[in-house]
Amino acid sequence: MSYLKPLFRHPKLPKNKLGYTQKEYEGSLSTLCAGCGHDSISAAIVQACFEMSVEPHKVAKISGIGCSSKTPTYFLGNSHGFNSVHGRMPSVATGASMANKDMVYFGVSGDGDSASIGMGQFVHVIRRNLNMVYIVMNNGCYGLTKGQDSATADQGSRSKAGSVNPFQAIDLASLAIELGATFVAQSFSGDKQQLVPLIKAAMHHKGFAFLNVISPCVTFNNNPGSTKSYDYVREHIEATSTLDFVPEMPEIKTNYEKGKSTRVAMHDGTLIQLNKLATDWNPEDRVSVANALQHARTKNEILTGLLYVNTEWKDLHGTLSTCSTPLNKLKEAELCPGTEALNEINAGYR
Amino acid sequence: MKPTNTKDPEYYHKVVDCQYACPAHTPVPEYIRLIAAEKFTEAYMVNWESNVFPGVLGRTCDRPCEPACRRVRVEEEPVAICRLKRVAADNKGDVKQHMPQGPFPSNGKKIALIGGGPASLTVARDLAPLGYEIHLFDEQKAGGGMMRSQIPSFRLPEEVLNEEVNFILDLGIHTQFMTYVKSLKEVLGGGYDAVFVGTGAPKGRDLPKLPGRKEADKNIHIGIEWLAGVAFEHIKSISQKVIVLGGGNTAMDCCRTSRRLGGKEVKVVVRSPFDEMKASPWEKEDALHEDINIIDNHVPLSFEVKDGKLIGMKFQKVKPVYDENGKRQLLPTEEDDVFIEADEVLIAIGQENSFPWIERNIGLEFDQWGMPVVDERTFQSTNPKVFFGGDSAFGPKNVITAVAHGHHAAVSIHLFCEGLDVHDRPSPYTNLVSQKMGIHEWIYDSSVAIDQRHIVPQAKKSQTLKDRKKEVELGFDIATAYKETQRCLNCDVQTVFTEDRCIECDACMDVCPTSCITFTVNAEESDLRQNLLVPAENLTQDLLVSKELKTGRVMVKDEDVCLHCGLCAERCPTSAWDMQKFLYSTTKANQMITPFPSIEK
Repeated sequence: MSYLKPLFRHPKLPKNKLGYTQKEYEGSLSTLCAGCGHDSISAAIVQACFEMSVEPHKVAKISGIGCSSKTPTYFLGNSHGFNSVHGRMPSVATGASMANKDMVYFGVSGDGDSASIGMGQFVHVIRRNLNMVYIVMNNGCYGLTKGQDSATADQGSRSKAGSVNPFQAIDLASLAIELGATFVAQSFSGDKQQLVPLIKAAMHHKGFAFLNVISPCVTFNNNPGSTKSYDYVREHIEATSTLDFVPEMPEIKTNYEKGKSTRVAMHDGTLIQLNKLATDWNPEDRVSVANALQHARTKNEILTGLLYVNTEWKDLHGTLSTCSTPLNKLKEAELCPGTEALNEINAGYR
Repeated sequence: MKPTNTKDPEYYHKVVDCQYACPAHTPVPEYIRLIAAEKFTEAYMVNWESNVFPGVLGRTCDRPCEPACRRVRVEEEPVAICRLKRVAADNKGDVKQHMPQGPFPSNGKKIALIGGGPASLTVARDLAPLGYEIHLFDEQKAGGGMMRSQIPSFRLPEEVLNEEVNFILDLGIHTQFMTYVKSLKEVLGGGYDAVFVGTGAPKGRDLPKLPGRKEADKNIHIGIEWLAGVAFEHIKSISQKVIVLGGGNTAMDCCRTSRRLGGKEVKVVVRSPFDEMKASPWEKEDALHEDINIIDNHVPLSFEVKDGKLIGMKFQKVKPVYDENGKRQLLPTEEDDVFIEADEVLIAIGQENSFPWIERNIGLEFDQWGMPVVDERTFQSTNPKVFFGGDSAFGPKNVITAVAHGHHAAVSIHLFCEGLDVHDRPSPYTNLVSQKMGIHEWIYDSSVAIDQRHIVPQAKKSQTLKDRKKEVELGFDIATAYKETQRCLNCDVQTVFTEDRCIECDACMDVCPTSCITFTVNAEESDLRQNLLVPAENLTQDLLVSKELKTGRVMVKDEDVCLHCGLCAERCPTSAWDMQKFLYSTTKANQMITPFPSIEK
């Protein structure tokens, strides 16, 4: 088995604005099972960061425990990383974000890490609207402990050993919308064309961006009867829209058919161009999104693409009115302004 | 694009760049792995089977394989294929036990080989085991042809050459050395079933019209004749100041030999720019290392004679000018002509074929340039009994090309003598075997070494210049050879794709270090090449295209910079990718399957 990736790369590998090739965004060779959907998601993150010319040292990857939470080793090898306690990734991410708001935060979690042990943390990080990208690599089973059903396994889904899951599934996307997450998307590890622009848009969203990515477990949950297998997902996938992430304000060149095309402007002036495929769905209307998700569920469809986006809510730093300088950059002079300043503050309370 | 037909033996053969580039199609990666395993005898035999002279070629080959080596497409230097071959030859054990053992039962047929060089010897080796009575004629006192007369001993020791020539002669070849064949008609009248002509390109080019040529004749020599004179010890010294005209490998051999016979100031003067000289880069390097001055862009004007004795040569300075098609012209510069002092001049500006001994009325056609008309595949001349090969067939090339010709000609001669159609060529032998040893383990060493090419050590200049027979290159020691073998990318271990197993998880595409694999919508080749992760701009390398997959896409692999690291197959959950070793071997005359006699009803 190879533990190292050969160092040679294609001599004509394209370079991004920083002069880096994709190599600078790669991590170590994956030790996950061959064919794991998580590896595709890692590759999509690499591609998104490369194409957006993100400086690798300005990204932090934070994860909990599980197959999914191992993946930060396999992408962005030149970025910061923290492999934290099971289900406690949101707390660590909150702390990191509080200390340094200038970084891009990737929270990587799995269905066990988010929908079971970390459910409390997941719910509260949404409530805080922390500025981060929260990716759940959702395979509907506990791959690391030999494939028991997880909380996101669909009722009636058959495991590799043949048992049928009797419990209802937690729908993380619906839950996130219900709780008021400001960016919710759903995708499939086997569809990078959709996933990469979604990751890019999520990185540009100022606030909590949630990506629920169905990621088949090839070893324990890719069998007939499973609702998280490559074949099942490909057959039941239903995209809300095709999506382009537009990094700069472009000239309008194409006239999309009225009512079928929507543009969402992000805080930093970038745009998301959505070409709607689903009717009765408006990505800026929570009720229509909740309905669309419910309809899809009754039809056994997996609704993918950008589901909901709201750019009006403040993120945690906005709510707390923190200063513009990241807290970890404040020096003694700013933090201990001296007796005079203290007296002034005290005088304000008299 | 249509799905690639990997059943065509040439598809995978082309992926093994070195083997494909070798005229004799030696399975290079196969013997490099054997060297790594210290199985030198086996490595030697893999070579011997294909190229007949591993010891000779391991020292002197023109190495068409090396510029083709895949490694130059990902880094600077190719694997030292040629010098690894020498390692096999230097360290081999008893190889003779693996060779065909005579005496062979006679098949009643008699063949004449004219000329005792690499082409003829190859024909002899391939045909002797089939029971042919083979008569070999050569004007020299020993076999080997130009390998003996033109390649100096400091590059190719006589023992090495003798050993490999004798392997063949010991198969029961009837040799008639010191015999110059004066008439092909006479030979044809000698009761032979077929005649093979492997007489090389024995005539060195001269500059007969250059002023002073006749007057200074005593001190002017034709390069290849002079080298033969040295090899057969008729010539033992040269003057101190020597000019060698020409820029090919013969010129390099002349100047280096001159240094060993007393030449102190040896200058090579060549018309073309240094970088465009015909000599192999490593031969130029070795010449420079021996204090030989290479003066480029100088066109000879005259031999300067004073008191009836050569004192030097005059040259015109030129510069290369290229037109839009890249065609070169050498135009005079405004500078004055240059005089270079010399006591002796060696002319090594090329060599030509010469067939004064072939009658023009024996049904053997010659073209307008005085070359015999020879079929490019069968090597048969217009006289069906006469076959050509080596330099005598299509002009001067090199040893390995002569060997390849020999193999083809032997097949033709055998077909001809059996009364079969010589155009009906035997198909190559191929074998494709999975290298899987465990879930993620391969039989071959799949890791890719990033080592730079290792340098072959040389004997001290102070020693080699004193003794013409002292070999300059010492060859790799076994430890260095092992390191060099690890640079080989095992291009013969093919990435074999089975569509119906693929679940399109993208794992192979994500892991491939050189971005060779893309899953995309099918298109015409030119569009498809542009639509890959990295556009496939090297048109000499093929695309491996799958049948349509479940999602309607196809898998496209650009063979160009694939490292054959096996990661695609390791990361494949369903073994849709497998690493399979492809062995390709051209069928030699002695390996042809005799067809069953047809059953008459």
